[in-house]
Amino acid sequence: MLTTARDLFRYNREFRVGTLLTGFIVAFAALSLVSPYPPQDTFVVPPDVSPSLAHWFGTTSRGQDVFWQLTFAIRNTMLFGFAVAILSRLISITIGMWSGYKGGFVDRVLMSINDTFIVIPLFPLLVLFYFVMRDKMSWPLLALAMACLGWSYDARLIRSVAMSLKSREFTQQSVFSGMRTSEIVLQEHLPYVLPIVFYTTMNNMNWSIGLEVTLSVLGFTNIDTPTIGVMIYWANQHTAMVAGIWWWIFFPVLFVVILFIGLFLLAISMNEYIDPRSRLARMGRMSG
Amino acid sequence: MNAYAVYAGKRLLQFALVVFIGINLAFVITHSTPIDPVEQTVATATAFGSTSPEAVEMMRQSLRELYGLEGSAWGQYVVFWKRIVVGDFGPSLSAFPTPVSVLINRALPWTIGLLTISTLLAWILGNVLGGLAGYYRDSRILRIAGIVTMGIHPIPYYIVAFVFLIVFGYLWPVLPISGGSQMNVQWGWNPTFILSVLRHSILPITSLVLVGIGGWFMGMRSLVSNIVTEDYVAYAELAGVNRRRILGAYVMRNALVPQVTGLAMSLGSIFNGAIITEQVFGYPGIGTLLISAVHTGDYSLVIGIASVSIIAVSVCVLLIDLLYPLLDPRVKAS
Repeated sequence: MLTTARDLFRYNREFRVGTLLTGFIVAFAALSLVSPYPPQDTFVVPPDVSPSLAHWFGTTSRGQDVFWQLTFAIRNTMLFGFAVAILSRLISITIGMWSGYKGGFVDRVLMSINDTFIVIPLFPLLVLFYFVMRDKMSWPLLALAMACLGWSYDARLIRSVAMSLKSREFTQQSVFSGMRTSEIVLQEHLPYVLPIVFYTTMNNMNWSIGLEVTLSVLGFTNIDTPTIGVMIYWANQHTAMVAGIWWWIFFPVLFVVILFIGLFLLAISMNEYIDPRSRLARMGRMSG
Repeated sequence: MNAYAVYAGKRLLQFALVVFIGINLAFVITHSTPIDPVEQTVATATAFGSTSPEAVEMMRQSLRELYGLEGSAWGQYVVFWKRIVVGDFGPSLSAFPTPVSVLINRALPWTIGLLTISTLLAWILGNVLGGLAGYYRDSRILRIAGIVTMGIHPIPYYIVAFVFLIVFGYLWPVLPISGGSQMNVQWGWNPTFILSVLRHSILPITSLVLVGIGGWFMGMRSLVSNIVTEDYVAYAELAGVNRRRILGAYVMRNALVPQVTGLAMSLGSIFNGAIITEQVFGYPGIGTLLISAVHTGDYSLVIGIASVSIIAVSVCVLLIDLLYPLLDPRVKAS
């Protein structure tokens, strides 16, 4: 596992840059542990101070230090994305594997439901969800709702991997040599499934973080928990751009964009494992 | 033709399933809430000034009827469906007494226009550029285009639109950043109005296209770079067929098929993006209407928009699915 990561880091440019970007954001989020100010407190520092040595990223109109506030915000945003990704993995792996291995009628029924969830526009439903929950809305609840809605695309990808694995020759050979199904799945197929699970996890984190930012900016989440979206929401409430407090918006946007690109690069670095032809193309380019 | 009928029948069934599950989700969400929307509206209505208890009771009764929250759960479910089938969601509370359907009908053309143009632009540009990038692998310009589109692709619609708003609203104010057209221009088919609409649509369309292009670009590039290794392409090259013709008629034509399926699959998320982009630029479409309905607590309008969005998106997907066999003769044959 570790050697794989090391080799990926050494030979795969997307993986290297993605790891560095995401690692930078994780390290930044870890700073929230040593923050001198609790995240919810306002007016702990003089408001509207531009970036300086004392306050690297300036301060907000609510008297919060943007740097330390951002550490909490990016931490919560990442935790949220991670929670949705893990929860929806449970659904998408189960459905995808089941559908792919079983095939036939089960596959047809599951994939019809799956395609339905791909097509339905989720944003209006999530807005509706906020609308009926109002103050009861919390981030675990939102994470759960999003996990229940956002598994379908990944389930389809995992299914296609499971389907192709089932029909490979080495699977038949394992069956004939008397391996149990659980052994085949865990020992023979898992190495093929893991890259696509990793790929979909990163993509799903990007998707859920994007939706969380969007919903929070509109004020459709719990606006007391600092996340990137909530920070932009408060900045908009105080018309920060008009007032010239650009640093209140610039830094959250910059950091979340770094996170998006980092996670995306990590996701597409798996391409050569999912589609071996792209690895051949890369090797061809290296030698030629 | 018979094969096509079977195919169309399957797609219609899938369409029915999408609408059924979507509307059921909307029903479950609205009816699983711990908060009573009637009490909420009553509370806002009676917050200022004193209202007699009888009047409050009457208000409660009529709101219950208006929101379709009377009777048993099954009865409410039937009412919910009946309203969607008839297309009547009652009057809007925030724009009383205008019916919800009128508000939606007014906003829908804006959203459809924005969505159609930006989706087609992103799809065509992404596919053409991606196809070129997959075929001419050594072109430096195409490689840079790839890096730029892929860099923007993972960023959510909201952030890109928001950055556009800041850049063109505060730093370099050359384009209108809000509304669908200029306020003082008369509506209709006159050149000033059309020009004004076009000018106002530049920013929302550009931001939607910029985010959308990356996915098509990457998909097309990897499809094309796989197809060019096929024997028939090598044969065409050896036979001296014009390279541009090979790319257009031999390679891209084949690669287009999965890209069309992809378009149908991603319409839902593109719609989400359009909604949020509209809100950023104050574009008078469904998205802006939805957000303002939430802020004003307009229960019927929110449900109406959610239901109409689900149905509208599934109709578009159905249309793409039904037109798809024209591109791929294999679907017709099997």
